[in-house]
Amino acid sequence: MENLPSILTPDLGLLFWMLFAFLVVLFFLVRFGFPAITNTVEKRKQYIDESLAKAHEASERLLHIKQEGETLLQEAREQQAKIMKEAAETRDAIVEKAEEKARQESVRIIAEAKQQIAFEKQEAIRDIRSQVAELSVNIAEKILREELSSDKAQQANIDRLLDEVSK
Amino acid sequence: MKQIKTIVLLFLISFLPLQLWSATEESAAGGLNISEIVLEHLSDNYEWHIASYKGKSLSIPLPIIVRSSATGAWSVCTAETLPKPFFFDAAHHGKIYEQMPNGSHVRPLDLSITKVVLQIWIVVLVLLCIFGYCSRWYKHHDEKSEAPRGFVGAIEMIVMTINDDVVKGSIGEKHYKPYAPFLLTVFFFILTSNLIGLIPIFPGGSNITGNINITLFLAICSMIAINVFGSREYWKDIFWPHVPTFLKVPVPLMPAIELFGVFTKPFALMIRLFANMMAGHAVILSFTCVIFLGWSMGVGFGIGLNTFSIIMLLFMNALEFLVAFVQAYVFTLLTAVFIGLAHPQAETE
Repeated sequence: MENLPSILTPDLGLLFWMLFAFLVVLFFLVRFGFPAITNTVEKRKQYIDESLAKAHEASERLLHIKQEGETLLQEAREQQAKIMKEAAETRDAIVEKAEEKARQESVRIIAEAKQQIAFEKQEAIRDIRSQVAELSVNIAEKILREELSSDKAQQANIDRLLDEVSK
Repeated sequence: MKQIKTIVLLFLISFLPLQLWSATEESAAGGLNISEIVLEHLSDNYEWHIASYKGKSLSIPLPIIVRSSATGAWSVCTAETLPKPFFFDAAHHGKIYEQMPNGSHVRPLDLSITKVVLQIWIVVLVLLCIFGYCSRWYKHHDEKSEAPRGFVGAIEMIVMTINDDVVKGSIGEKHYKPYAPFLLTVFFFILTSNLIGLIPIFPGGSNITGNINITLFLAICSMIAINVFGSREYWKDIFWPHVPTFLKVPVPLMPAIELFGVFTKPFALMIRLFANMMAGHAVILSFTCVIFLGWSMGVGFGIGLNTFSIIMLLFMNALEFLVAFVQAYVFTLLTAVFIGLAHPQAETE
């Protein structure tokens, strides 16, 4: 025991310095060294977990939005088709109505024209008739004046006329 | 081609000790006492020897601080200026002893900054630099910015491996928090000491973890950490274990064994680390000595032996590099496992 190699003999001085040095290093590392690293790593781990969860959520939401967009697009397309159809219908109706109106108008115009023509015709006939009457009166007058130039002829005419009337 | 270069280089290196040996041959005069050299290199010293050349040695003097047992006075000096009542006792591997007035030799209170103490402080300084640098990086970044790269990233990786796999895995999610910094400190202290011990010249090379005092201290710390905060179930298991009653009532056989186990666990930790590191250093030093031995046996024999021992040296250094990590890991892992055993409800969860 007395003569063991010095690396095998406990030595108070060495133990004292080891204790002191170890306490120093323990103090500084526990205070400033390891917690900085482990806490940061722990926080980073949490942050990564959170980020992953968020990313997952976001991708899910994106999927949702995509689906929503598709349904919206589908709806819009349907709406568009419907509107187009309605527009076509409206157009047809308007055209039909316009045609109807045009037809009615033409009928009315034609009727008016006919009426006008008829009126003009009557007017013309009346005109002609009066002219004919005037002419015939004139002619009759001339004829009468011719025939009544002698008394005898006048008497004969009166007689004939009276005969005619008395008959 | 590349391999030929390597082989030539190896031969050149194996020639190198020729000059060194011729220098030391004169001073050594009578053969080579390898076990003496190895032990001397392994043990603590009052000065830091760097190299010898032609009988002169280059070494860093270290302060000696001793308290006289006779007078109680402190003296501070170096190895050259050691005052009178003290002397380096060759019978006790050069430790400082004091000549008492009655002629007996006693060991005074010796708080010298020896080679190992200085080496411990270098390790402390290295650790503080590394983690000071790392924590500064973390101060300037938060978790939302990038993760560290390069050196800080490597340190973070090791810290988190020990923290998550070793400490959390062994002690359990519930109780590991207060022990983690201590175990991490132990791991990095042992790892840095082991690695620095492998550097052959001044800022490293001293054999810290291969000194029983250091492993004794670390084992005592582990024992405190294991037992002082042990749960009630743990202590009940020691003094009243789940065994047939006749094994514990008239003669407390099992409690005695269990109580013995409390001390053997840290003792095994102490011996394991000490023996591994000491043996590694001893083997490397022995192979280095074989180089010198080979040259003393003649040139032809020397070249063969040196080539072999240099290959072995490289292999041993690589192996020790691995062992440095493995031993630090094992010490931390076993301490964590024992702490975990002292919190048995965490096991059952």
